[in-house]
Amino acid sequence: MTLIDQGAPTAIEGAPEPTGVEGLGAARPLRADVWRRFRRNRLAMVGLAFIVLLVLVAIFAPLIAPYSITERVSGSARQSPSLDHLFGTDAIGRDVFSRVVYGARVSLRIGILSTAILLMIGLLLGATSGFLGGGTDTVIMRITDVFLAIPYIVLAVAIATVLGRSENSIIIIIGVIGWTSIARIVRSSFLSLKRLEYVEAATALGFSRLRIMFRHILPNALQPIIIYGTIAIGSVVLTEAALSFVGVGPQDPTPAWGKMVADAKSSLTNAPHMLFFPAGAIFLTVLSFVFVGDGLRDALDPKLK
Amino acid sequence: MTSYIIRRLLQIIPTVFVALSFLFFIFFLLPGDPARLIAGGAERNVDPGVLERVEARYGLDDPILTQFGNYWERTIRWDLGDSFLTRENVNDILGEKAVASLRLATWAIIIEIVVGIAVGLLSAIRRYSIGDRLTTILTAAASAIPVFVLGFVLQYIFAVQPNKWDWPEWARLRTSGIGPDTWTFFFIPTGEQWRYLILPAITLASVTTALLARMTRGSMLEVLRADYMRTARSKGLGERDVVLKHGLRNAMLPVVTLIGIDFGTAIGAAVLTETTFNWPGLGSQIVNSVQQRDLPVLLGLTLAVVLAYAFVNLVVDVSYAWFDPRIRLGKGEHA
Repeated sequence: MTLIDQGAPTAIEGAPEPTGVEGLGAARPLRADVWRRFRRNRLAMVGLAFIVLLVLVAIFAPLIAPYSITERVSGSARQSPSLDHLFGTDAIGRDVFSRVVYGARVSLRIGILSTAILLMIGLLLGATSGFLGGGTDTVIMRITDVFLAIPYIVLAVAIATVLGRSENSIIIIIGVIGWTSIARIVRSSFLSLKRLEYVEAATALGFSRLRIMFRHILPNALQPIIIYGTIAIGSVVLTEAALSFVGVGPQDPTPAWGKMVADAKSSLTNAPHMLFFPAGAIFLTVLSFVFVGDGLRDALDPKLK
Repeated sequence: MTSYIIRRLLQIIPTVFVALSFLFFIFFLLPGDPARLIAGGAERNVDPGVLERVEARYGLDDPILTQFGNYWERTIRWDLGDSFLTRENVNDILGEKAVASLRLATWAIIIEIVVGIAVGLLSAIRRYSIGDRLTTILTAAASAIPVFVLGFVLQYIFAVQPNKWDWPEWARLRTSGIGPDTWTFFFIPTGEQWRYLILPAITLASVTTALLARMTRGSMLEVLRADYMRTARSKGLGERDVVLKHGLRNAMLPVVTLIGIDFGTAIGAAVLTETTFNWPGLGSQIVNSVQQRDLPVLLGLTLAVVLAYAFVNLVVDVSYAWFDPRIRLGKGEHA
């Protein structure tokens, strides 16, 4: 922010810190160093382990799930957890465990694809805004303001009414709405990086603007993008839950965790397990991505330690 | 300073205009016919004559650009129209919902400021202590729970359980509705009112409190390393003064920004909390209006929310000058 501690140790051993860039222009740390520092962060490692587990569950879902996601066990709605149904059954007698297992596929798919979309939009707009400046910058930042000003759920509900309510439309909706933060992050990186000497050199050599933006500046602005992107995957899972709750999410029988939690609200008193297990899955997933994101931040930027 | 404020106020106009116009046009892309809705329901067959009269009366048969022009002409005069569904004046709906939203948002922000800053501050001063580690984990956890799940859990603990175990009356909280509407000085709940307020306020505050605590901790840690902190100590100031007067005030800048954004958001976008606790606020009403295609209510309330958000942000930016006198508003960028 405004107060940069002049006495703080520089980012990499002896590397001079370019003024006003707050570490962005410093030499990029070696991959091995990052991994060594990341490994020492216990929470981040736990998070990473959970994400690996989640990916495995998603891949091998058909082998793990004892029932299909639509199979109804007759006469056994809202059963409490038992050996037959580890997580119990839902309001129409489907096995909650199987649905949570298959839900890993849905959540990871939504999380990764939405994040890819929002990173792409945010990156393009943020990079253009920061690099070109002037009128382009003003216009793009005003668009960002508009997106921030309208409550995101309102936008989501409105777009969903046009696109319909499926897994794919949710992916697009979250991607189209969620790009504002990353656009601002990328913009501020580009604003400071474009003033550095090597960009001047590249301009003098006659490289095109696009080449300078994406070959010269972008690699040096990747750190915050990687950190934000990791955490964003978790946030997307949360957003999906929120949208499902207001009735905009994927429809039955898609086993989206958010949808399962939203459906459980009417059974809160007599079947809390219907809420607990999918909510727990969301919670652990989001938490894991936050821990890994935090761990990455500390590992990539040892100055903050 | 004055010219800065005026310039900022002028900047709000295009944002509001584009945001509302965007919603206006999206509305016309939505499937379904608003005239049918006004005439008595989306599903039932409506007499074509009635439909025509409705369209004429509300100007829904005009070309969309004419309707668009008319809409802005009315909106500039703050004539927000009547609800398509209930015929109620949008200003009345706005008044009622805004009051409920403001009260809830204010209490959520009070919780956020008190708990968030205190926890963040302690966590930064006693860095690496057990409390600090616990804070790190708890704040991450609080921001990983879907808001409505937290709401359900609180309802389960404070309403379902007390009934089951027959807790004393004073320990039971209400989980639904706005309560008896007994307020003193507009903001202070009296009588039974606090039982209705406390759970939604905590729920609404949870995520933002966690983020604020993290932000305060990070900002404080940065400030604590500063040279002027050492100077303050070496000139013999007590630790309390050093931390609070020299440290906290300088660490407040990013914290105040976050509080401002949170307050702006809490007024208009507390949809999940409001729905979970049936608190009749602006956010849930706006979402209902989108779903029911009630254009005047949707646009009217969104206009109020967007204006409130912009105004809060302006107040935050002006308050920077107080927290950091080195910032001169209106003289170049200070971002």
